[in-house]
Amino acid sequence: MKLTGAEIFIECLKREGVKTVFALPGGVVLKIFDMLHQQKDIEVVLTRHEQGAGHMAEGYAKATGKAGVCLVTSGPGMTNVITALADAYMDSVPVVCFSGQVPTSLIGNDAFQEADNIGLSRPCTKYNFLVKDVNDLARTIKEAFYIATTGRPGPVLVDIPKDVSQNQAEFVYPTSVSIRGYNPTYEGNKWQIKQAAEAIAKAKKPVLYVGGGVVFSGASQELLELAELTQIPVDMTLMGLGVFPGEHPLSLGMLGMHGTYCANMAIHYSDLVIAIGARFDDRVTGKVSEFCPHAKVIHIDIDPTSIRKNIHVDIPIVGDCKAVLRELNQILRATVNGDQKELRKPWWDQIHQWQKMHPLTYHQEQDGPIKPQHVVKRLYELTKDRDPIVSTDVGQHQMWAAQYFKLAKPNRWLTSGGLGTMGFGFPAAMGAQAAFRDRLVLCIAGDGSVQMNMQEMATAVVSKLPVKIIVLNNRFHGMVRQWQDLFYNGRYASSYLGGTPDFVKLAEAYGAVGLRAENLADLDGVLKAALETDGPVIVDVPTYPYENCYPMIPAGGCNHEMILEDPPELKKKQTGVGKAVPEDKDTVLTA
Amino acid sequence: MEHIISVTVENKFGVLSRVAGLFSGRGFNIESLSVAPTLDPSMSQMTLVTSGDDRIIEQIVKQLNKLIDVIKVVDLNETEFVARETALIKVHTKDEDRAEALRIVDIFRANVIDSSPSTYTIEVSGDPRKIEAIINLLQPLGIKELVRTGRVAVAREPIRPAVAQAKKAARE
Repeated sequence: MKLTGAEIFIECLKREGVKTVFALPGGVVLKIFDMLHQQKDIEVVLTRHEQGAGHMAEGYAKATGKAGVCLVTSGPGMTNVITALADAYMDSVPVVCFSGQVPTSLIGNDAFQEADNIGLSRPCTKYNFLVKDVNDLARTIKEAFYIATTGRPGPVLVDIPKDVSQNQAEFVYPTSVSIRGYNPTYEGNKWQIKQAAEAIAKAKKPVLYVGGGVVFSGASQELLELAELTQIPVDMTLMGLGVFPGEHPLSLGMLGMHGTYCANMAIHYSDLVIAIGARFDDRVTGKVSEFCPHAKVIHIDIDPTSIRKNIHVDIPIVGDCKAVLRELNQILRATVNGDQKELRKPWWDQIHQWQKMHPLTYHQEQDGPIKPQHVVKRLYELTKDRDPIVSTDVGQHQMWAAQYFKLAKPNRWLTSGGLGTMGFGFPAAMGAQAAFRDRLVLCIAGDGSVQMNMQEMATAVVSKLPVKIIVLNNRFHGMVRQWQDLFYNGRYASSYLGGTPDFVKLAEAYGAVGLRAENLADLDGVLKAALETDGPVIVDVPTYPYENCYPMIPAGGCNHEMILEDPPELKKKQTGVGKAVPEDKDTVLTA
Repeated sequence: MEHIISVTVENKFGVLSRVAGLFSGRGFNIESLSVAPTLDPSMSQMTLVTSGDDRIIEQIVKQLNKLIDVIKVVDLNETEFVARETALIKVHTKDEDRAEALRIVDIFRANVIDSSPSTYTIEVSGDPRKIEAIINLLQPLGIKELVRTGRVAVAREPIRPAVAQAKKAARE
């Protein structure tokens, strides 16, 4: 039987197990929307901006491990979704984005709402397709899902011209995919894995450095086994949070620019770094030439280009983290002998000393302004039994969330790491909520970030996605202000937001619930009230505006040279109330 | 160091822009690039001349391999290879220079493929040094136009059949 392109599109999505599409219509995709409207298997979440649709697909993918799907129109629809595609590409998120295109006869004519979707998305997708013939549509969609979800995952774009969605073709869905230029390596080289096992057995001060690759590989059990078997401490990257239980005694927390003191000291002084599904990002390595200067490096990654891109690797293993760790654990189980705890004692003594010397800390006065770290800590304590999914935007609040929200399991942490996209958090949380309607989904946001995709509150209300947004409201682009205080003599160039909206009224305007915690005494009550509310909520928490995020490794600095607290001159400036305030000091300081 | 990289790619639209975009996006150099279909019309062969230290070349090879439309990547510098380039050179020739031009063509085993009362168009193939040499000699006569293809290269077979046969005979 012949089907139209639009019908083929829906049949393909069903066969890929897609339940939800995040979408915004336009002229050239009307046929597809018309068909989506006439079926019940796939839910359409109508977003208010295409960027929101892209981030929702990302949130859906990160929480489920399956591909997230978004659908946008040509021209501006496409250009709007680019940020989300670039974000997904940097963080290896499996997203399949369908874009409408002008009819094939008009391509290249500067037609209305035409854009070169393939050219625009080429540098920020893993692959992209222009479907010129409806007969190729089914195979192309199959390949798109295959490429997005296999190997190192990533976003794939399928550009569908209007006539292709209208024309008819015989529908045959391929059962398998074979692309001669694309054969990811899953099994690691056995000899190299043996070398790695030997290096682990010999090492005196080893550290596991684990990232988002372990999450996508679904290898957290294997990682736990490796760590417990060998008693090696675990440093997690921002993207890896949750892949190892945050409260496990072997966890040192996050490493890198705002990582914990002990995580950074441990990797700097280690003699063996075992990197798994992590890519030695500059936010982790600091000054590359002095990154873990005493260590041998084992690097396990599915993407060969990640290996030796930034730093020298002694034992490279290209493969899927799960497969490689299984093999490695098997060897280690047979060879590890003696009490590993006893063997590692000197190393752990040193680490415990670091932990005691500089734990994560903040000072909350009972009658003082609310400290942002305290909000995250209380939120964590109030919700940890409910196994929440947590998303963040980008900035100080993101780092505090990473430090204080100790996730126990993978696929609970939605954050924008590589691209650092402000505005990511709220739509990503909605994407996860669309996948798991009954779960608690939190979005920890800053007042700057959250305004970048605020329009999606309309989507949350209409599509019944009861995300709880907690706005750490310091009326600044806080991380920018922190850098200005530390490196630009405290000149607050365009970092003070001043006229931040009334988030309570804003929530109400959208038909959501708005709550505010005016002071410390209110905080727990307000948070609890938010958690008990059925629909979406914005909790506005005015926080101390000059709180800085520590530890901090200045860009290009070494991992063992962290700034641990405000330098004396900054402390002085901040206690001289009013001096640091750019415009209306009342607004800022009563915040 | 200069490297010649041979890349077998899918012969479809957009592949060249993916390769070129990879180089520009990551700040790698392309000195020359030549592309044409292979015996199998579904594939094209690219010969890419680039430069960089070992780490950069390793990244270039890996990144090329990562492209889904790339089927095979060979860094020819890892083996013996032969490289050739073709140039078309249009030379001004005054009456008294025409014989000299032909002598140079002769020396370099080049061909005159077009002539007019005041010009010769010369076709020459060879390794880049040979091309440089003939250009140097023709320059005093006055080069009107110069077009070069960029290099194409292929790996040498590891052992020449004649040598192998001799060895085989010796063993027997």
